[in-house]
Parts: sequence; C-alpha cells; structure tokens
Amino acid sequence: MEPLIEVQGLEKVYRLGEVEVQALQGVSLSIGKGEFVAIMGPSGSGKSTFMNILGFLDHPTRGQYLLEGINGEHLSRDELAEIRNQKIGFVFQGFNLLARTSALENVELPLIYARISGVERREMAKKALFEVGLEGRGHHHPSQLSGGEQQRVAIARALVNQPSILLADEPTGNLDSRTSIEVMEIFQHLNRDLGITIIMITHEHDIASFAKRDIHFRDGRVVEDRNSALQG
Amino acid sequence: MVNKMRSALTMLGIIIGVAAVIAMVALGLGAQSRIEEHIASMGSNLLMVVPGSFTSGGMRFGAGTRSTLTVEDAKAIAAEIPGVKYVAPSTSGPVQVVSGNQNWSTEAQGTTPELLDIRNWFIASGRPFTTQEVESSAKVCILGNTLVDNLFGGIDPIGQIVRIKKFPFTVVGVLEPKGQSGMGRDQDDIVFVPFTTAQRNLFGRDIPGTVRQISVQARGPEVLSEVEEQINDLLRQRHRILPNQENDFTVRNLTELMGAIEQTGKVMALLLASIASISLIVGGIGIMNIMLVSVTERTREIGIRIAVGAKGRDILLQFLIESLVLSLIGGILGIGIGMVGTFILSHFTQWPTLFSVNAIILAFLFSGSVGVFFGFYPARKASLLNPIDALRYE
Repeated sequence: MEPLIEVQGLEKVYRLGEVEVQALQGVSLSIGKGEFVAIMGPSGSGKSTFMNILGFLDHPTRGQYLLEGINGEHLSRDELAEIRNQKIGFVFQGFNLLARTSALENVELPLIYARISGVERREMAKKALFEVGLEGRGHHHPSQLSGGEQQRVAIARALVNQPSILLADEPTGNLDSRTSIEVMEIFQHLNRDLGITIIMITHEHDIASFAKRDIHFRDGRVVEDRNSALQG
Repeated sequence: MVNKMRSALTMLGIIIGVAAVIAMVALGLGAQSRIEEHIASMGSNLLMVVPGSFTSGGMRFGAGTRSTLTVEDAKAIAAEIPGVKYVAPSTSGPVQVVSGNQNWSTEAQGTTPELLDIRNWFIASGRPFTTQEVESSAKVCILGNTLVDNLFGGIDPIGQIVRIKKFPFTVVGVLEPKGQSGMGRDQDDIVFVPFTTAQRNLFGRDIPGTVRQISVQARGPEVLSEVEEQINDLLRQRHRILPNQENDFTVRNLTELMGAIEQTGKVMALLLASIASISLIVGGIGIMNIMLVSVTERTREIGIRIAVGAKGRDILLQFLIESLVLSLIGGILGIGIGMVGTFILSHFTQWPTLFSVNAIILAFLFSGSVGVFFGFYPARKASLLNPIDALRYE
C-alpha cells in the first residue's frame, strides 16, 4: 500500500541577509496511514522546518514531498491553502485560538474557509468538541477556558475537517504535566480509535513515549528513526 | 474592532467630511432655489429696454442722462413684434407720500396696467388702473404693502387720499406683498401711478413722451431671444441709428441674467462640496492608518486563518469589509450630523437651505467607496502575509 507521506531528499535553504542557512540537508522517509510519530531534536535541527513543509506552509528548496500522492511543488498560495484546509490539522504550542470568538466558532474556522453552510458547520464543530471531551463548552471564550481546555479546542479545530494528518508542534509545551498527559491521551484516542495519523514535535521524552515511532533530527538530517519500545 | 474608542476616532474624518458636504450642498441648493423663486416672482420671459448703452448691471443711471425711448417706441414694439405678449412703458423716481400726518419716502412708478401683469404684481384688494385713467392722467394710485403698513397702520386704504408731491391721489388698489429682492431691496416699498400722471405731474423734468424704461413680456421662453433681437432691430430703425453707431438703448434679458447668477450659484455649490470632500479624503487616510495598525496587531490571527485554509481573497475580503463598515457607519453619522447642523445653522442665520436626497445617497456611496479604496492597501497587505512568519509574530 502506498504510504501516506513520502519524502525524498528534502532540502531547505534560508537566506538570512548575507548568510545561507541549510535548515534541511537531505531528508528521506515515509510515514504510513495511522502512524503516530514523534519528531525530536535540538533547536536548529530542522524539525520545525520539516513540519512546515509537511504542512504545506513552505516549499522545499530541493527534493520531493508527497502527501497521498499530491505534490505541492508547483501549487499556488491559494491552492496550498486549500490543501491545508482539507488535509492538514495544526496544533500549536501556544494554542493559537481567536481570542474574541467562542470555542465553537474557533472550531468552525476551517469549515468557514471550506465554504460549508452554517447548520452543517455547527454540527461538525459540536462533534469535534465531543471527541476531545468538551461537549457543552462551545459557547465559552478562550479566556474562560484553562490551558488544557484551550489546547483541546485547538485539537478539535484541527480535526473538524477530517484531515489526513494532524501536525502538532510542542502541543504540551505550555501545559503542566497532568494536563499534558490528558492531551496525550486524547491524541492516543484519536490515533487508536479514529485512525488519525499524528506527527508531533516534542523535546520531552515522556511525551514522545506516547507515540509509536521516534524520528530524531540533528543538523538538518534524520539521525535516528525507530519504532517506540512502548506501545500505546 | 476591539477598541470602540479607536473606531470612533477613526470615523471622525469621514463623519466630518460627510457632514460638511451635506451642509454645503444644502446651503448651495437653498441659495439657488431662492434665486429661482426670485426669478419667478419677477415675472417670466422678461425683457427690459432702458435708455443708454450699458455694459454692466445697475438699474438706475444719473438724472442728467436724456432718454430717447418714447411711448411711441413702446406702442411700436407691441404692434410690430408678434412674439410680444405685453408691453408696458414706465418711468420712475423718488417721492414723498403723505397721508394725514404720516409721510413716507418711496419710489413712484408711472406705468400702465400691463406692467402689473408683466412683473407678477398681484392685487390684494381694490383694482388696477383703467385704460381711461391712464389716458386722462387721473390722479389714482396703487400702494405696495410697505406703504400700507407705514401710512395706514391696519386701516384699509382703498378710497383714501394721499398726497404725492402736493397732488392728491386716490388709492384704488393694494398689492400682494413680494418681500425682499435678491439684492436685498424691499420690493413692497413702491407706489404705482398712471404713466401719464407720472409724466405730467410728478416727473416734470422729462420731455413729454419719453420713458425711463419699457418692460416687455414675450409669449414664451422659446421666442425670448428672437423678440430681443427684433426689438433691437426695430428700435435701431426707429431711432435712425447708423450701422456703425452704438445703440442709444439697451435691451436687458433678465432671464439670461438670472440664469447666469444661477449658474454661478451651481458652480459655487460644487466648489464648496469639493472642498468639503477633502475632509473625506483625510478621513479615508485615517481609516487606512488604523487598518494598517489593526493588521499588524492581528498578524498572528491572520497567520492562523491562512494556516487553516484562508485564501488571499478571504483575508482581503475580511479586512475590506471591516473598513467598509467603518466608513459606512461614519457616513450615516455624518449625514445625520450634517442635517442637524444645517437645521441649526439656517435657524440662526436665516440662510435658505434645501436637502437633496440625491446628495445624501451620493454622500453615503462616496463614504463607502472611500472605505473600500483606503482599506484596500491594508487588506492586501494582510492577505499577502507569510503564515510561518505570522504565526511566530509576537
């Protein structure tokens, strides 16, 4: 079966003024449907750059990236936006919710850009909130929610359009240990019970242990790629 | 918009601009309609033939100038020019009118009954002169409203005797009031006497048969300039003026004169509105400024939207609509304030004002387009943000 994600010789070069920075120096790997991957590595190792490319937020300088066989290389900004809308769910360290809108409206955001009607939107958003254990809290604003609850809203938003992959960048970075575990248990539930493919950046090993596969980056390359000893 | 105060201040430019435009247009239209009213009250399709060669305005000239216009000229104009409806010669001058122990300085105009028709004078009570009274130089007179107030208080003057230059005159009629003329003159401060009486008894200095002015009313606006030309030719012929000589008279087309004044009024109104529009431009710049700040403040939010699938167009539209709403609300408030301000202004200054629905709709649309135009640059900037950088923005 064709893997969900295929990466071949990915390279990314940034120009910072006079200096050229090689953020990625040739990464090749594949990720299958239903996997739960943790990406680890020191700061500057290229893991964020890698995630940006996976999320179609950026183009590689060289090399190829295919998601479900789709190559984003020649797509326009708007076409990339559409792919992100349909196939990618983002979860950020800082939650990145819209402060002045309710939880439900936050979750609806990707659906608005998918041009889905109001009634259907509401239903889908409610369902997503249910999956993360926040049913009934839809009308609350982010300021009325705890950190853990806010991140759960963000996860619901990432799910609501039924994407192919969930990309999480340090999802527990702003949370205490207990809440972090709650969030990771939600990830496990999504992966195990709903078959959602999750790719997560983290620097904490205990968080990484929730995943089924570890990929280690260093200096723009993959230095280790193994299946996790602990299975969820 | 988060900050209500900030939105209010942003709208201020638009509000002031629109209010100013509404007020200026109302003033301009008011002045214009006042002039149009005056033209109508003066009488329509009117030509005035006066002696002397004029190049500019001025209804009177020095006492020393001799008139070459005659009653015969007036009769000829009536007889020989088909487009003419009424002709009325007249002659006028200052007099003292005495009633009992009241007296009043005014202008006496000697004329024929036709003049009252030509110049839209209506009889409030009594009657106009008869042709017989004109022929017999009867000592009868018709009073303007101001004279009635000042000489008779509230008493009906019909049948009473007044003295003009020592001669006793019987009041046979009173005129409907006309109010002030466009130049500020009290039109009701006048007394009419038969033309012949004026010549014989009041203004003895005139050579018998000559007149100060001939009023001509054409049958309709379509023949007005034709009649003007024909009068010109006729009088040149009658006065035996050689081809290379100047006229010893002037034919004044009042409608044309008033039309020119009206035109000037329109240009003035347009000019005032344009100047007021500058304030709208400034308001638009204010909107652009605030939207730029807003875009910067919401960089992260824009990044999130783009990351979850907003296209350039979506972001552009989102911010354009925001600036449009700002400018439209400002427009509505400006219209309201402009109308209220105009009421207050005209109440205290007595200047005429007129509201035009067209102007209001235009001001509304204009404020909307200012919002879209000046909101475009910030909206475009927002739509072109790089989501990776935007999400990192603090």
